[in-house]
Amino acid sequence: MNRNDAKNVEELAAIARQGRLKVIETVTSSKAGHVGGPLSAMDLMVALYFHQMNIDPAEPANPDRDRFILSKGHCAIGLYSVLALRGYFPVEELATFDHGDSRLQGHPDMKLTPGVDSSTGSLGQGLSAASGMAIAAKKLGKDFHTWVVLGDGEIEEGMVWETVICAPRYGLDNLTAIVDLNGLQQYGWPASATDRFDRSEPMGHVDLPAVFRGFGWNTIEIDGHDYGEILAAYDEAESYRGASGKPTAIIASTIKGYGLSYTQATFKWHNGVPTPEQLATARHELGDAIDISDTDKAEALA
Amino acid sequence: MKAQRVVWGETLTKLAETDDRILVIDGDLASSTRADIFAEAHPDRFIQAGIAEQNMVGMAFGMSTLGFRPWLSSFGVFLTNRALDQVRMLVSQTKAPVRLAAAYSGLLNGASGKTHQDLEDLAVMRALPNMTVLAPADEHELRAVIEWAANYDGPVYLRLARDAVTEVFDETYEFVMGAPVSLAEGNDAVVVSTGVQTSRTVDALDQLRAQGRSFAHVHLPTLKPVDTDALSALIGDARQIFTVEEHSVVGGLGDLVSEVVTSRGLGARLDRIGLADGWAESGPNDFLLEKYGLSAEKVAARVLAGLEVLAPA
Ligand SMILES: Cc1ncc(C[n+]2csc(CCOP(=O)(O)OP(=O)(O)O)c2C)c(N)n1
Ligand SMILES: [Mg+2]
Repeated sequence: MNRNDAKNVEELAAIARQGRLKVIETVTSSKAGHVGGPLSAMDLMVALYFHQMNIDPAEPANPDRDRFILSKGHCAIGLYSVLALRGYFPVEELATFDHGDSRLQGHPDMKLTPGVDSSTGSLGQGLSAASGMAIAAKKLGKDFHTWVVLGDGEIEEGMVWETVICAPRYGLDNLTAIVDLNGLQQYGWPASATDRFDRSEPMGHVDLPAVFRGFGWNTIEIDGHDYGEILAAYDEAESYRGASGKPTAIIASTIKGYGLSYTQATFKWHNGVPTPEQLATARHELGDAIDISDTDKAEALA
Repeated sequence: MKAQRVVWGETLTKLAETDDRILVIDGDLASSTRADIFAEAHPDRFIQAGIAEQNMVGMAFGMSTLGFRPWLSSFGVFLTNRALDQVRMLVSQTKAPVRLAAAYSGLLNGASGKTHQDLEDLAVMRALPNMTVLAPADEHELRAVIEWAANYDGPVYLRLARDAVTEVFDETYEFVMGAPVSLAEGNDAVVVSTGVQTSRTVDALDQLRAQGRSFAHVHLPTLKPVDTDALSALIGDARQIFTVEEHSVVGGLGDLVSEVVTSRGLGARLDRIGLADGWAESGPNDFLLEKYGLSAEKVAARVLAGLEVLAPA
């Protein structure tokens, strides 16, 4: 397998801008889909697929590949955009999202979409599935890493914590949970003075790193939009594999809807369909500002 | 034409003005289920449980033991599946007055796709002892059903559709729990439908009547308990029955009617029109109704094909 490193963080950031624009364009044309969560997790996923993970789009079923589970499956269009830009399927196919007879379902379907390692959509189940993959890898003597992205609202589900308690028992240092701490869920509770955005932060009252540590996990806290911090955290998490005997939680502080003026920092763009004017704004803010043409992208991947 | 979810939010909001027992417990979906209408009007009676359906059911049960009658707001699929053990253990067993308001039921859920399509809810809820299972056809019937449920001291499962359908009833409609509703009389066959699929079935039968056919049409808003004497009287000595539901053909309306036909020795042939035993997909409503055989045109075609079996043209 080839590990396709983007050459530097500027390239990763440019790819992420392109990914964000694909999300907006696709949701606009399909008239359905989520916006805020795909945008907040975009940098985390671009860094995995364009730098960190040992994967090959030509061989999506290679048994030794790193695994990725988007536990917050409603952010499917974010994952699809990354997979398309990475070469798992044609970028043009994104236009079929949420249409009938499409390989790109509203929530990820591992039986339909190349590169999707687990079906998700009912929140709270992905980390458990990932822990099963991590245990299986250990039993089979395979040296790959399993990465999971969870939402900060999603981790209100009890099943997440069942896995958090169980995984350290099996020394799953080949498992990394990335919490997209974007400060908002769909509806939640009214905001108080200490909240970052227009509704209450799902984990505002929880000392999340301390909780994970208390259950026996390594923890790393980062800014989830800063590639320097993201890549360092991913390297650290991988360095624990085969060494620490503990799973790792990366608590990534992000902004819901990040990167686009009208979608960021509000629960109102959890889902929604941009107007033609809003699409134009997105093209201006994400597309024209820094253009990464297909040749640039090819170079980034060379 | 008003969407059932909006009518649900508005009706509960109004009832709560005079009934202190009413509360809403939400699973972080109020802006979809339209429990947000209630939350804005009665913030002190709206409880956000977070994305934690099992927690919602446990809390609702606990509150019900102190006299409250909580309504749960989530996508139906998560209430009937994720929280099934809690519903079974805490609500069905104890006959607690907890109401499951199952939003986005059936096939049409705004392109969310198969993970969110609850096509087995009637089968699952019908199997639970003490559960009253309701599937109103339109906004008018829904209003009447909510008013009935508000005064009922036991568990209720209420199937709600996301999008508006053509009205079947009007403001004068009166709901009788358990009773089948006769919408039309006729000779070629008896057609039994439930939920908002009744609205599309009315259209289908109108199309066939224009071709000279005549049908008895029975709507079943209550799937448990059912007045089976009344249902079998409406079926009478019909030779052909069709059931039509936005639900799997396993365990729902079709099986319910089949139980009545076989246990009473009625001599009718029965065609179940519904979702085949399998998974559907994401897509616009019109696409899904066509592909999975529930549009008025597809239902009409299935009925014609069924009639051919006993009386080939
Ligand atoms: C079990 C379950 N309950 C409810 C939902 C509906 N739902 C989809 S997204 C969402 C909010 C998720 O918030 P968060 O995890 O913070 O995601 P993000 O902010 O990244 O979009 C909810 C309640 C679901 N998909 N699964
Ligand atoms: Mg969030």
